[in-house]
Amino acid sequence: MSQEVKLMKGNEAIAHAAILYGVDGYFGYPITPQSEVLETLEAEMPWKTTGMVVLQAESEVSSINMVYGGAATGKAVMTSSSSPGISLMQEGISYLAASELPALIVNVMRGGPGLGTIHPSQSDYFQATKGGGHGDYHLIVLAPSSVQEMADFVGLGFDLAFKYRTPAMILADGVVGQMMEKVVLPEQRPRRTEEQIARECPWAATGHSKGRKPNVVTSLELDSALMEKNNERFQETYRLIEKNEVRYQAYHIEDAEYLVVAFGSIARICLKAIEDAREKGIKVGLIRPITLWPFPYDAIREASRHTKGILVVELNAGQMIEDVRLAVADPTMDIRHFGRMGGIVPNPSEISAALNRLMNHES
Amino acid sequence: MDIQDIIKPENKVYSSPRLLNDSTMHYCPGCSHGVVHKLVAEVIDEMGLEHNAIGIAPVGCAVFAYKYIDVDWIEAAHGRAPALATAAKRLNPDRLVFTYQGDGDFAAIGTAESIHAANRGENIAIIFINNGIYGMTGGQMAPTTLEGMKTATTPYGRNVELNGYPLDITKLLAQLDGTCYVTRQSVHKPAAVRQAKKAIRRAFENSVNRRGCSVVEILGTCSSGWKMTPHQSNLWMEEHMKEKYPVGDLKNIEE
Amino acid sequence: MKQEIIIAGFGGQGVLSMGKILAYAALMDNLEVTWMPSYGPEQRGGTANVTVVISDQEISSPIVDTFDVAVILNQQSLDKFEHAVRPGGILIFDPYGIHRMPERTDIRIIPVNAMDKTIEMGNAKSYNMILLGALIKAAPTVSVDDVLKGLKKVLPERHHHLLPANEQALLKGMELVD
Repeated sequence: MSQEVKLMKGNEAIAHAAILYGVDGYFGYPITPQSEVLETLEAEMPWKTTGMVVLQAESEVSSINMVYGGAATGKAVMTSSSSPGISLMQEGISYLAASELPALIVNVMRGGPGLGTIHPSQSDYFQATKGGGHGDYHLIVLAPSSVQEMADFVGLGFDLAFKYRTPAMILADGVVGQMMEKVVLPEQRPRRTEEQIARECPWAATGHSKGRKPNVVTSLELDSALMEKNNERFQETYRLIEKNEVRYQAYHIEDAEYLVVAFGSIARICLKAIEDAREKGIKVGLIRPITLWPFPYDAIREASRHTKGILVVELNAGQMIEDVRLAVADPTMDIRHFGRMGGIVPNPSEISAALNRLMNHES
Repeated sequence: MDIQDIIKPENKVYSSPRLLNDSTMHYCPGCSHGVVHKLVAEVIDEMGLEHNAIGIAPVGCAVFAYKYIDVDWIEAAHGRAPALATAAKRLNPDRLVFTYQGDGDFAAIGTAESIHAANRGENIAIIFINNGIYGMTGGQMAPTTLEGMKTATTPYGRNVELNGYPLDITKLLAQLDGTCYVTRQSVHKPAAVRQAKKAIRRAFENSVNRRGCSVVEILGTCSSGWKMTPHQSNLWMEEHMKEKYPVGDLKNIEE
Repeated sequence: MKQEIIIAGFGGQGVLSMGKILAYAALMDNLEVTWMPSYGPEQRGGTANVTVVISDQEISSPIVDTFDVAVILNQQSLDKFEHAVRPGGILIFDPYGIHRMPERTDIRIIPVNAMDKTIEMGNAKSYNMILLGALIKAAPTVSVDDVLKGLKKVLPERHHHLLPANEQALLKGMELVD
């Protein structure tokens, strides 16, 4: 039953996976190209089955603060939006991180800056991986490249968020949000009971304070010495996440003379270019970071040891390439960027051409 | 008679509310927040909701409300308390969920959240302290600052041509279908305090019984910001604030 | 086996749903499939297209620049995609409203008078099913049975009384291709 193969959009998969994971609440505001998440949830009416709360808020600002309020009571809550909406949420995301609250935020990226375009982009890489809001914090950032991963990363995102008490983000793009593909959805899990929440989240402001001291969820600490201690605690958590949670997928890197690094849906377009290159006998491999933070520095460093050049392909002006440069030990390595912006998705032959330029040392 | 003979339970005429803890309050002398905190603590205790309440603290002078009243609290970002309360209540429907907000938080930066939470009929109680000024940041203009009133950012008095009109957000909210109880009170006299307490209790009952959104505006004084003694502040409020913001129920839907 | 198909025309012509039915048909046949639409305001009146990739292997890219089959429903799409058909590939088009006919000689060009047939059948909804029939006849990646099963999945239950009319249109479309 649960192994049934379905065909759906990535955005729809997020919604179904949320219900099946036993998420307690979703709060969101429509924005292209991710409105199907809220639309699907409203159509499915999970409040009648699992008891999940679904609410269309008056803005993204309100959505993320609803997430903050819900997460503070120990519930599994999430929101989704697209780039301009995620920008509006940054203050709330900083509060979530500072209050050490687990939550899931989905960004189905569109081209910016500004109102930009509704078409696919990856130009929020810096925002997602390097902070985004104010203060020293990180999100766990998962980059799905298929509809199946859109579904799977809902559960993974929540598991990691609760494990480390930190918000997690699914950083998708318009391609993987809008495309339909086969997917096997997880089995229905029950929502956590009050008792479970009290046991697993002893910090939560559930209101049920009998037998314990009242809980206060706050990010405010005016004593600088104590605020520094808070920051040190956050950083310890981040070091632990960096140690334990790096995820990536490698294709054909064993014999690769050239390496492509790409994430999300674009990694698949790169794979097509790599398949074409391999047919011609050119040894090209791919590393697809799945966690953009923590970033797979070691894997890329290792793979780069026997390569002649690296091509980083992104739907932006060159953001992840900075992390690839940090990863690669050899300063003489030819590391190049190929990107399209403004909502344009390159086709495989453009990537093949960029690979050829790398191999032929052409600019 | 020895003092020990006097300190006996049967002689007790007043005690500090049980849920108001011994932390030293940071409020200025004469500030209304202390009185309202006391009322909130008393009502929660009297309703037996000590272990069934979630408070949402604002940004503003009451930012540390969570330090003084012993229930579970969540500290919101500036203006967003009604959004937090929305989720906290929907996800925990049997709890008392209340926000405690000042005029800047509730009626300026958080206007969208205030109006939409009220309009959705969220089953939350909103305690809204209106003293017509920004206390915490040093006495700047609030949305509720009266016409002609001097503040750090209206040094020559609020000029409606420059600064717009004072916002009676409570009146606005009373017109929304989602509110069940909207009232304006003050705490500058014992009789007013008793009335305000009744209003807070009613709002909390509405939250627990899920009757819709309740808004209790409390006209407060800000001696520091107004640059008056506490006594002068009370007189000034009586004379000026109540003209623009008359005290009484604006809406009270029974059941 | 792998087939990369583009369907392109005006928004409202049923381009996306034609792709969807095709994708569901592939699902019914246990094949791998991706369906990637153009999206946004263009869905409502402008040009719309959808790329459907069907394969018996895992599909890498849902976005491709050359196609095995193109189904073209307006002049703009013909201008844009005629040269994206691989040599030896298939271009199906409805001549209705086309003022510059396709010129390629290295591909199989199949005109399908779907609009005329639709008017003749008196059912505007059958337009894209006629073209889909033509597509699966010319490039039989999926079977008629699978398409009908796919259609059943795509159509909400309240519209299931339309299934016979759709089947009729599908078969009519197949007849229009030699």
